[in-house]
Amino acid sequence: MTGSAWIVQNLRAVRGRAYPRVLGAQREPSWIFFDVALPLLTVAAYIYMYKFMDAPKEFVGFVILGGAMTAFWLNILWSMASQFYWEKETGNLSLFLIAPVSRMSILGGMAVGGLFFTTLRASATLVIGIVVFGVTLSLSSPLMLIAIFLVTMVSLYGMGMMFASLYLLFGREAYNMSNLMTEPIYLASGFYFPVKALGYWAAAGASIIPITLGLDGLRQLFYPESSAQYGFLPVGTELVILVGLSVLFLILSKVSLDYMENLGKTTGRLTLRWQ
Amino acid sequence: MEPAVETKKLTRVFNPKKKKEGASVRALNSVDLKIEKGELFGLLGPNGAGKTTLLKILSTLLLPTSGKAYVSGLDVEKDYVEVRKRINMVSGGEISGYGLLTVRENLWMFSQFYGIKSSIALERIDDMLGKFGMLDKKSEKVRTLSTGQRQKMNVIRGFVTDPQILFLDEPTLGLDVNASRTIRDFILDWVRKSERDKTVLLTTHYMAEADQLCDRVAIIDDGRILACDSPENLKKLVKSETTLRLDVTTMKDQRVLGTIPGVEKFTSTDDLENNITSLRFVLGDESAISDIVSGVAKGGSKILALRKTEPTLEDVFIKLVGKGFE
Ligand SMILES: Nc1ncnc2c1ncn2[C@@H]1O[C@H](COP(=O)(O)OP(=O)(O)O)[C@@H](O)[C@H]1O
Ligand SMILES: [Mg+2]
Repeated sequence: MTGSAWIVQNLRAVRGRAYPRVLGAQREPSWIFFDVALPLLTVAAYIYMYKFMDAPKEFVGFVILGGAMTAFWLNILWSMASQFYWEKETGNLSLFLIAPVSRMSILGGMAVGGLFFTTLRASATLVIGIVVFGVTLSLSSPLMLIAIFLVTMVSLYGMGMMFASLYLLFGREAYNMSNLMTEPIYLASGFYFPVKALGYWAAAGASIIPITLGLDGLRQLFYPESSAQYGFLPVGTELVILVGLSVLFLILSKVSLDYMENLGKTTGRLTLRWQ
Repeated sequence: MEPAVETKKLTRVFNPKKKKEGASVRALNSVDLKIEKGELFGLLGPNGAGKTTLLKILSTLLLPTSGKAYVSGLDVEKDYVEVRKRINMVSGGEISGYGLLTVRENLWMFSQFYGIKSSIALERIDDMLGKFGMLDKKSEKVRTLSTGQRQKMNVIRGFVTDPQILFLDEPTLGLDVNASRTIRDFILDWVRKSERDKTVLLTTHYMAEADQLCDRVAIIDDGRILACDSPENLKKLVKSETTLRLDVTTMKDQRVLGTIPGVEKFTSTDDLENNITSLRFVLGDESAISDIVSGVAKGGSKILALRKTEPTLEDVFIKLVGKGFE
């Protein structure tokens, strides 16, 4: 097979696996309530608090951006990470594993689908927040904004792809990890306040979660005047680190996927239902 | 030409997660099999015999503990990437796919994991849905399907990628007669019209399925292949003669029937109240059947019922294992 034929085959696999998620957004409209309306309540609580305290006006925007980004974090934890676990139960996992394409394509398709679906939710949160709370965002460097967002997503979903194999390996215990990681990351990544407030070292530690720097970068780009005051690192530096994280997580997800598959082939446990 | 499937002393042992959780299980024990290209081959055995384990090894989901397995001459352990291009697998009772997709979308999605061009895939899908009598279901959501419809869809999934070798793990498990027949007919047709190009290896614990459908059958129990041959030859292993039972209207002179050549044993009982005579013949030669029928007519009686009992694969299994099946 030629190289280009191989690429086309794998792109088809990505599209195939992304499709159910993309379609799910249209066929199950109940997500609008659960995934958009409910997060907005938390966002609203912070906004009223900041308003009551007479905080600088960009804080309202910070919170809404954070609220929109929670959608991605929840999607990573509750969908990407546990995906293989559920696919095993339905028998889909075996079918992915015997397919003649790179299993990274299938995993990648899962990420692309999740990303699409979640971008819809996040945009809805953003738009509603902007309208309801009268937020103004300035678009000074759109290219940088797009770059930061895309690289954040690649590294975040790379992390999710890694979680997918790890969760399957560790089974139920790992599942509890999702619970454990939800709220603390809201704090550590600064979903509702600038991460700089945590202090340099805590913020640096939290930066292993790509959303930390991604969110900080987006806030700086939407509010360039206050970037020096509230921004954690220069946006350019954040972009470089995020590119590094993308490469790291994509490699780690491939490694853990291979490890998971080999362990499954040896022990025979990973393709067995209800074990 | 290399065989479609070949195993050499193939052995698979499952170890418990922790030592104290019990002993290890030898699911396959030195299995030697050779399946030629173009065969519809059946693996018949009770639950826990090792059928699924063998299919998992052949489909690159599981490694052998020792021994070798080849698919199209390729080592499943080393050349798994190449093996995967040539195979597909469907299991009975599978709940694969996504409930919110339609039947057609679901089949299309799986075809994409084989990198098949969408237009080609959809054409095949519609064609096969038609052959399975499922065209009216193509736009239904998968979660609304009945068990039989769902399994038909699963089977189509296996064929849509046009594999060289298809592994079917109990494809008609728990299905009603009609759904089973549709699936069996399709499998048979697919293998036959390929003119010895396509191979199917199916597992089953239904005796009749193996008997009617398969060119050759391997009987497996407790991880071992006990016999492997065509169903006819397997049944020859049990030398039970053909038994013929006839219910006829009361017949006066029956003794002549016992003298027909090929009849080894002959008994009769009269049910005078209902005006029925029951005749039982043990035949050494089946050609005696037509002479018996004309003998009954000459004696002035009418045939009310005729039953021929022949050895089944179940008899073969009992003879080989010393116990029944379930
Ligand atoms: N992953 C596994 N771990 C432990 N034991 C297994 C595993 N898979 C199968 N077995 C055991 O191996 C034997 C054969 O199982 P299987 O191949 O599923 O049989 P069949 O498909 O013929 O019903 C059974 O005793 C079963 O319990
Ligand atoms: Mg089985």
